[in-house]
Amino acid sequence: MNASKTDTRLGLAVTLAVAAFLIGPVVLSVLAGLTKNYFVGLSSGLTLRWIEQVWSLYADTIWRSFAVALLTLAICTLVGVPTAWVLTLYRGRLARALEELLTLPVAVPGLASALALIVSWGTVRGLRGSIWFIVIGHVLFTLPFMVRAARASMQGADLGTLDEAAATLGASRTQRFLQIVVPNAAPGIVTGALTVLTLSIGEFNLTWLLHTPLTKTLPVGLADSYASMRLEVASAYTLVFLLMLVPLLVGLQWLARSDRPARVPTNRTLPS
Amino acid sequence: MWFAAPAATLFLAFWLLPMAGLALIGAEIKDGQSAYLTVLTRSQYWISLFNTVALSLAATLATLLLSLPVGRFLAWHRDFPGRRLLMSLLMFPLAFPGVVVGFLIILLAGRQGVVGTLTKWLTGDPIVFAYGMGGLFLGYLYFSLPRCIGVIAAAAEQIDPSLLEAARTLGASPWRRFVDVELPALAPALIGAGAMSFATSMGAFGTAFTLATQIDVLPITIYNEFTNYANIPVAAALSIVLGLATWAVLYVAHSLAGARLGAAA
Repeated sequence: MNASKTDTRLGLAVTLAVAAFLIGPVVLSVLAGLTKNYFVGLSSGLTLRWIEQVWSLYADTIWRSFAVALLTLAICTLVGVPTAWVLTLYRGRLARALEELLTLPVAVPGLASALALIVSWGTVRGLRGSIWFIVIGHVLFTLPFMVRAARASMQGADLGTLDEAAATLGASRTQRFLQIVVPNAAPGIVTGALTVLTLSIGEFNLTWLLHTPLTKTLPVGLADSYASMRLEVASAYTLVFLLMLVPLLVGLQWLARSDRPARVPTNRTLPS
Repeated sequence: MWFAAPAATLFLAFWLLPMAGLALIGAEIKDGQSAYLTVLTRSQYWISLFNTVALSLAATLATLLLSLPVGRFLAWHRDFPGRRLLMSLLMFPLAFPGVVVGFLIILLAGRQGVVGTLTKWLTGDPIVFAYGMGGLFLGYLYFSLPRCIGVIAAAAEQIDPSLLEAARTLGASPWRRFVDVELPALAPALIGAGAMSFATSMGAFGTAFTLATQIDVLPITIYNEFTNYANIPVAAALSIVLGLATWAVLYVAHSLAGARLGAAA
């Protein structure tokens, strides 16, 4: 297009440097997790021993993270999709205020939200020590992403007209929502679902304060291994975490591409 | 409207009311004064706040400076071999939580890191800077880059090439075209991405927590007040201050970017 030669060269150089900065450490981490002795280097040979050790030490955190992520997703879907529909239909003051409010837990540091939860709900018996306490925090943090993704789909499909047509034919509100809105908003809901899973599996800022020794999630275990385990074990654990993320991210990219083929396939929906 | 009732209830019960409770705890009188007053009068907390703001600001500026050429490059070259792979590599770290970013910085610049090994081999003295402000700066940069690149590339794609073409026929130099045509068009994206990067850096806890629990930034200070000193009023007051500051930055940037967008249309 308009780019001059120097412009292109500079752009390429910076792009490659940034890519190296972002991916280099990931490669190091993967190698460290598979090397017998990272201090000696690759010449010490490759091994799966560290992965096995991670599994025996931390398997419970991995299963727990899956459980938390799925529970979070279930609540986000049940609560978020109807909210998205309300926000699509009504553009009044109240609706916009609700939308702004719901994004607050993303804008405000997780540490503050977690402290608030502990102060108000930490004394409720049976809640503080269960994974539901973590799920509540994750729902607050991920709900805006489900709402946003679902709403984007609903707005694109001109559902308002379809909804009115069905209403004149006598379909009830719930019928219309389940049979017209939800199927048409499916791509957005799936994008939202993958985003929610990705965020929940990696959430640390809230979880670190909300967890108890019996409810450690994967990122909590990661922090624990970074502080107390040898570098190889910490790396192997990180590798397991990355492997869990890959299918989710591939799914998100694929959806973004099939949605808007010509655009940059960014997951702009993903925040901190 | 009743379809939104569950979300509103959840939000009210588990966020808004608890937050209000936290704000009230910060106002409780302890040692003769409210925790807000303690927070506002002790130099220790001001230093912590200053460190957080300065570091977040520096990381944000560096992120924008690097994201701008990358975003423009990606927007202008939409079809070359390996582009998809490059995009995936640039976007993969989006999903990393702060703790993992901290660990990656340790692999880069920590005791057994590449930078240390290389500098030891070159000069005999290993350079290790992961466990302090330098490492935290690098961590925030790592965290913000993928986010900002995505936003800026998307905005750069929207620039109408005929505008640049027109500027060229009118004799504008590449530099003038960049400053007078591209930058104003990218301003809302730059403001938005910058605000997002600043806000996440202000509240980033995981990265600092992995690198060193001694770094004097606000999230770590809050955590220490809460767990090590059990000083809940001060932790609450600091959280409210941090939350308000972060939200205010996002809010101002949001309206600024909106105003720019309005002026451009």
